[in-house]
Amino acid sequence: MQTFSSNFLNWDVIQTYLPDLLAGMWVTIKLSAIILFSGLLVGTCLALVRMARLRLLNAVIIVFVDVVRALPPLMLMVVAYFGLPYLGIRLGGFAVACIVLASVLSAFTEELLWAGLSTVSVGQYEAARSTGLTFLQMMGSVVLPQAFGLIQAPLASRIIATTKNTALASVVAVPELLSQANTAQGYSGNASPLTAASLGYIIILLPMVLAARRLERPREAA
Amino acid sequence: MPRDAVSHVVTQGPAQKVLELRGLHKSFGPLSVLRSIDLIVREGEMVFLIGPSGSGKSTLLRCCNRLEEPTSGAVLVEGQDILGPKVDINQVRQRIGMVFQSFNLYPHMTARQNVTLALRKVARKSKAEADVIARRMLDHVGLSDRIDYFPRALSGGQQQRVAIARTLALEPRIVLFDEPTSALDPELVNGVLGVMRMLRNEGMTMVVVSHEMRFAREAADRIVFMADGEIVEQGTPNDIFGAPRHPRLREFLSSVGTA
Repeated sequence: MQTFSSNFLNWDVIQTYLPDLLAGMWVTIKLSAIILFSGLLVGTCLALVRMARLRLLNAVIIVFVDVVRALPPLMLMVVAYFGLPYLGIRLGGFAVACIVLASVLSAFTEELLWAGLSTVSVGQYEAARSTGLTFLQMMGSVVLPQAFGLIQAPLASRIIATTKNTALASVVAVPELLSQANTAQGYSGNASPLTAASLGYIIILLPMVLAARRLERPREAA
Repeated sequence: MPRDAVSHVVTQGPAQKVLELRGLHKSFGPLSVLRSIDLIVREGEMVFLIGPSGSGKSTLLRCCNRLEEPTSGAVLVEGQDILGPKVDINQVRQRIGMVFQSFNLYPHMTARQNVTLALRKVARKSKAEADVIARRMLDHVGLSDRIDYFPRALSGGQQQRVAIARTLALEPRIVLFDEPTSALDPELVNGVLGVMRMLRNEGMTMVVVSHEMRFAREAADRIVFMADGEIVEQGTPNDIFGAPRHPRLREFLSSVGTA
């Protein structure tokens, strides 16, 4: 017991590395914010483009979505970080993590939203069009709110999973929370920074998990 | 008492043409569902489209605001050909209201928000203006006490009246009704028909696809009978119900039990 607390709950060690851990937490928050924003936005745009039902474009979207969903994000990240320089594309770890994780989120968002869109009845589109709304007005005010309402629970899970996946950026040298904790553990020979880091993840993710739980509650009967 | 078809047409000459269809054709692939339809609807007229299912009534109605694209022919709204390449159809659609069989209210919005959406986005009214109009329109259809209700908390008849208010709010020149009472429980039909009767008395121009034969007989200025994508016979309710000429019409009327 004594060994456990000195190795995992050592306040002196945590205090020494606290500034690094806080800096890492800030990077994790920035990374998450950028990935969530761009992933949801791109995913929504892909679903809207897919609605135009242009055969070639849709095939491209479907291949992209399926491939990106099938591959482990860690692999995508490693390949992009170490492979792209050979093609003359040099991106920093932060950029690679953003692009890869946002792409993965956009693929899941597109697929969920596409399912949501197809359950919005044709009558909704017709009512909106018959009152003179343009395509974008119709989507923005009538169709997307309903589609997002239908998929909010699975989408919330995806958002949580994506936020946790920012820890993968540690393998491409992004100084985010897990990476900082690992470094601190290496220097100190003590696992307590990892304990502190997990507390950091809980601070970031618990509010999201609680919000998702609210969404997953069965809605009041119609 | 069936009304005379010309009773409220202005005495000095015929009223203005609000809607005119010229040689309208519509096919879905090899199937031709509308064939050379010619129809004129004048200001203040209430025209009923009747006929067996699959005769093209709803398709005809939906061609009038281009929810369906006609294959050929012309659709004129107040003299303007709305199929032309330079036509802003969203502008035109403000002048052609449409009421649907299944109401199609936006379920995530209250009655008031359903009415104000197009007022804000299409007619570009301010929020305050749109709210005033919504209040007035919902009051007009007898729902002033349901303004902030969501559709799921309203009966079918109330939902359809909200849908009518949503359409009227844009001050259309003509309203198209696509089987407005077909999805309603029998005891809720009269509320909706009452609103339509009121609109008729206010001089609203209307084209109605309906199976409510008694209502058609009582309220219509003109009845158009369609079969197999063509207009087979048209006339006043007295002509159509009292002295049907075409065998298809007689057959139809006896099948719906009004012969």
